[in-house]
Amino acid sequence: MTIQHLFYLLAMALTTYLVRMIPFTLFRKKLTSRFAKSFFAYIPYAVLTAMTIPEVFSATGNLSSAIAGVAVAVILALCKQSLIVVAIGACLATYLVGFLPFF
Amino acid sequence: MTRTASPYRYHHGLKDGIPIGLGYLSVSFGFGITAVGKGMEALYAILISMTNMTSAGQVAGVVIIASAGSILEMVLTQLVINLRYSLMGISLTQRLDSRCTTPHRLLMSFGMTDEIFALASSKPYPVGPSYFYGLMTCPYIGWSLGTVLGACAGQILPQEMQLALGIMIYAMFIAIVLPPSTRDKGVLFTVLIAVALSCCLRYIKFLQFISDGFAIILCAVVAATVMALLCPVKETEAPDGGEEKP
Repeated sequence: MTIQHLFYLLAMALTTYLVRMIPFTLFRKKLTSRFAKSFFAYIPYAVLTAMTIPEVFSATGNLSSAIAGVAVAVILALCKQSLIVVAIGACLATYLVGFLPFF
Repeated sequence: MTRTASPYRYHHGLKDGIPIGLGYLSVSFGFGITAVGKGMEALYAILISMTNMTSAGQVAGVVIIASAGSILEMVLTQLVINLRYSLMGISLTQRLDSRCTTPHRLLMSFGMTDEIFALASSKPYPVGPSYFYGLMTCPYIGWSLGTVLGACAGQILPQEMQLALGIMIYAMFIAIVLPPSTRDKGVLFTVLIAVALSCCLRYIKFLQFISDGFAIILCAVVAATVMALLCPVKETEAPDGGEEKP
């Protein structure tokens, strides 16, 4: 761990805490803007998507195994499986395809 | 604040938090694997989890660290990704009892995650500090412990298994995003816009100067803004329908 790592950690933890703390401690009335409500409702999905695509395709060091993992994750997620089932299914598919000789 | 004291005690919160804690255990296992896979030390990954307790922000954080991004990039990324906690905080202030003084709020705010917020807001009576601390306990333990296990697994498992586990956290993100996309066309188009922008920023040559953290911010803010304008949520809807995602 370097000094630079400590600065990153500090910046991360402090920003995350302040974002949580300031409104929770100071705010005393209700948000009424429909735009703001909608923006905050959509932002988690936008963030998770932008972090996943296309990064996931280089997450396993092998494009075909990543595609297999994503395909299984998508199918299981569409079948409304729980997080842990989707995660294990995707890992298994990735692991197995990683072993196939022709990929 | 003139509301009467909350009927909920610490142990009520502790019990309500158990399923959240179990869910976090698996998500943070994935985070631990991803962080170690990106070259972080196990202890560093654990410190990140113990001081942040937020999945999306932490994953974006290790991406920025791994690509040696600037501190400004780190701050802005965390700000945008975690901005929803501000809204949840504002919303939850409406449901606190009279014992939630400023010192309590300073401590309680650390535990503001999607699930803890959802549970605390779902209680029929106002919520006090002791219940909220109970509610934070299991998720915090689960989140920290899962990272420890994931980071250790990332160091001792054989290479092929580590690589396969690298997909875990993204599979969970897919599991969080897809089900609401099939129910709600606002969410669906937010996701599609984010996919298109994210791919453009990655693969179009003259856009590649934009670093990973800023790319996430840009995609998310543009997608959410466009959809908030074109397809605003109904007034009665909860701000977030996500599950098992701190």
